[in-house]
Amino acid sequence: MNDRTANPRAWWFVLPVLVLVAFNALIPLMTVVNYSVQETFGDNVFFWEGLKWFEQVLNSDRFHESFLRQLAFTGMILAIEVPLGIAVALSMPRKGPWVSVCLVLMALPLLIPWNVVGAMWNIFALPDIGLLGRMINGMGIDYNFTQQPVAAWLTTVLMDVWHWTSLVVLLAYAGLCSIPDAYYQAAKIDGASAWAVFRYIQLPKMKRVLTIAILLRFMDSFMIYTEPFVLTGGGPGNTTTFLSIDLVKIALGQFDLGPAAAMSLIYFLVVLLVCWIFYTLTMRNESQ
Amino acid sequence: MGIELKKITKRVGAETYIYETDLSVEKGGFNILLGTTLSGKTTLMRLMAGLDRPSSGEIWFDGNNVTGVPVQKRSVAMVYQQFINYPNFTVFNNIASPLRVSGISPSEIKQRVEQMAELVKLTPMLQRFPSELSGGQQQRAALARALIKDAGLVLLDEPLANLDYKLREEFRDELPKLFADTGATVVYATSEPLEALMLGGKTATLHEGRVTQYGPTAESYRQPNSLLSAGVFSDPPINTAAIDKKGDVFYLTEAVNWPVPPPYARLPDARYVIGVRPHHLLVGGTTENAVKVNGIVQIAEISGSQSIIHVDVEGNSWVSESRGVHPYRVGDVVELGVNVERCFYFDINGERLLA
Repeated sequence: MNDRTANPRAWWFVLPVLVLVAFNALIPLMTVVNYSVQETFGDNVFFWEGLKWFEQVLNSDRFHESFLRQLAFTGMILAIEVPLGIAVALSMPRKGPWVSVCLVLMALPLLIPWNVVGAMWNIFALPDIGLLGRMINGMGIDYNFTQQPVAAWLTTVLMDVWHWTSLVVLLAYAGLCSIPDAYYQAAKIDGASAWAVFRYIQLPKMKRVLTIAILLRFMDSFMIYTEPFVLTGGGPGNTTTFLSIDLVKIALGQFDLGPAAAMSLIYFLVVLLVCWIFYTLTMRNESQ
Repeated sequence: MGIELKKITKRVGAETYIYETDLSVEKGGFNILLGTTLSGKTTLMRLMAGLDRPSSGEIWFDGNNVTGVPVQKRSVAMVYQQFINYPNFTVFNNIASPLRVSGISPSEIKQRVEQMAELVKLTPMLQRFPSELSGGQQQRAALARALIKDAGLVLLDEPLANLDYKLREEFRDELPKLFADTGATVVYATSEPLEALMLGGKTATLHEGRVTQYGPTAESYRQPNSLLSAGVFSDPPINTAAIDKKGDVFYLTEAVNWPVPPPYARLPDARYVIGVRPHHLLVGGTTENAVKVNGIVQIAEISGSQSIIHVDVEGNSWVSESRGVHPYRVGDVVELGVNVERCFYFDINGERLLA
C-alpha cells in the first residue's frame, strides 16, 4: 500500500505557529545573541568580539554576587512557601460555604499586579509612616528596610511569601480535593494517625501538583524583578540586587549592551538547565 | 451473632438517609445489600463499620454493643469501588500494612503476605507499585489487604463497579470462595440484581433508606415480599399494572382478562396490582396459560440473541425480554403473552399477596 503521509499543504497549518514563535521567541532571542558577541557604540556600528563578553561576565565578582543572592533568595522562597502552602491547604475546609470564601481570599494576592505589590509593601514597611514599619519600631526593634540589609531581605521575602504562597496553596488544595474520600475512610479503618495520612496518602497524591508548584515558584522567584525593584530598588547598596535587577542596571543604566546580552543568555540557560534537571528527575521518579 | 442493627436511623440535617431499620446478619455469612444509587447502601455500610454514628438505635457485633465504638477499635476491613492502595508502597507493603500496625514479626509478615498473594494471584506483582498494576490487580491488592487483616466484619462497597465485564465475572466466582474460609461476616453492596444472584448468600433489598426484604438471595428473587422488593430485584424493572378482581376473573381491561389462579380465589373483589417480570412477558405468547395482550412498540433493542422491547400495554409502560431476534419498529403493534401463573400479585399498597 502506498503510504501518503506527506502533504505539503500541511505546512499552511503550521505556519501561524511558526510565525508566532518566531516573533515571540526566536527573533528577540537572536537579537540578544547578536548583541552578546559584538561591541556597539550606537549608530548601528558593530565590532565582532567573539566570546569576550561571556568570559567577562562569568569572571566578574559582581555577577557571582548577584547569582548567589539570587540562589539564596529562591532557596528561601521555596523553603518557606512550599511547606507553608501545604499547611494552609491542609487546614482549608474541604466542603461547605467557607470553601469559596477561602478560595477567593487565597486568590486575591495573585490578582494584584507586581508593581502594586511592591509599592504597597514599600509604604506598608516604611519605618516612619508605614503600618508595619512603625509597629516594629514601636516594639523597640530598630527596623529600617531602606538602610539595613537584613531588614531589606526580610521585607522582600515576606512580600514574596504574601504574594505567592497562595499559588502553592491553590495547587496543593486542588491536589487534596482530588483524593477520593475512600482513602481517608480506609486510613481511618487502618487506624492511621494524621501524620501517617499526610505522609502516605496526601503527600504522594499531591506529588504531581507540588512538582508544578515548586517549578513555577522556582522560575518566578529566580526571575523576580518588579517587586524588589519597587520595594528596595536593589538596595541598600547592592544587597537586594538580584540577577534581573543587576541585568537591567547593566543594560539600561550603564548601557553596556554586550555584557548585558551575554548575561541574559547565561541567565536564560541557567533557568532552562534547572528546569530540565527538575523535569528529568521528576519524570524518572514517576516511572519508577 | 454477626452484626445486628437495632432500630437504627441516620439523618443528616433535614434529610433522612436511613429510616428505622432492623437487620440481623448472621456470623460468617455472605450478605448482599442490593439497591439503586442513593438507596442507602453506603450509608448502611458506614454505620456497620463505625465510620458514622447512627442518629438513633444500636449496633451490636458478636454480642457486644458497639454503637459508639470508633472504627479503628473494631475489627473491620473495607474494600471500595475505587481501588484504594497506598500509592508509594509496593504491593507487598500494601498487603503487609495491616499486619505492621499489629506488631507481628517480619518473618511471619513475609510468610503471610506471600500466602495471601498466592490466594489473590498477585505473587509476580509483589514488588510493583499500585500505579503499575491493572485495575483488576489493584483491586486484588485492596482485597488482599482486607483479607489479611482477619477482620470479623468485611465490607465490600461495590468493589467490582469500576472493573470491566470480564474481570467482574472472574471476581464474582472467586469472591465468595475467598471469604468462605475466613469466618468473617461479609457484607457486599451492589446495584446489580444479576450480581447478587451470581454471588448467592443472603440479600437485603434496599429502597430509599429502607430494607424491604432480607433472606436467601435466590428466595428473595423468586418470592419478593412487596412491589418495592420486586422492583429492586429486577433488571430490566418489573412491569406493573392495576387489575380488578370481579368474581373469578382478573380484568386488566374489559377485553383482557383471565381466571383468578386458585391460590388467590378467596381474595375479596377489589383493585390489585400485577407484577410481571420482563422475561415472563413474551413475544407471541408461547405457553398455554399465557394471556394475550397487545403492546405498541416504543423502543426495541436487540442484544445478541435477546430482544428487549419497550411497549405500551393498555397505558402501562412495560418491558418484554424475549429470546430470539424480533426486529420491530417504533409504533408496531406486537402480541405478547403474559404468563399469569408466574406473575406476582400485590395489594394496592404494594404488599405481596402470598400464595
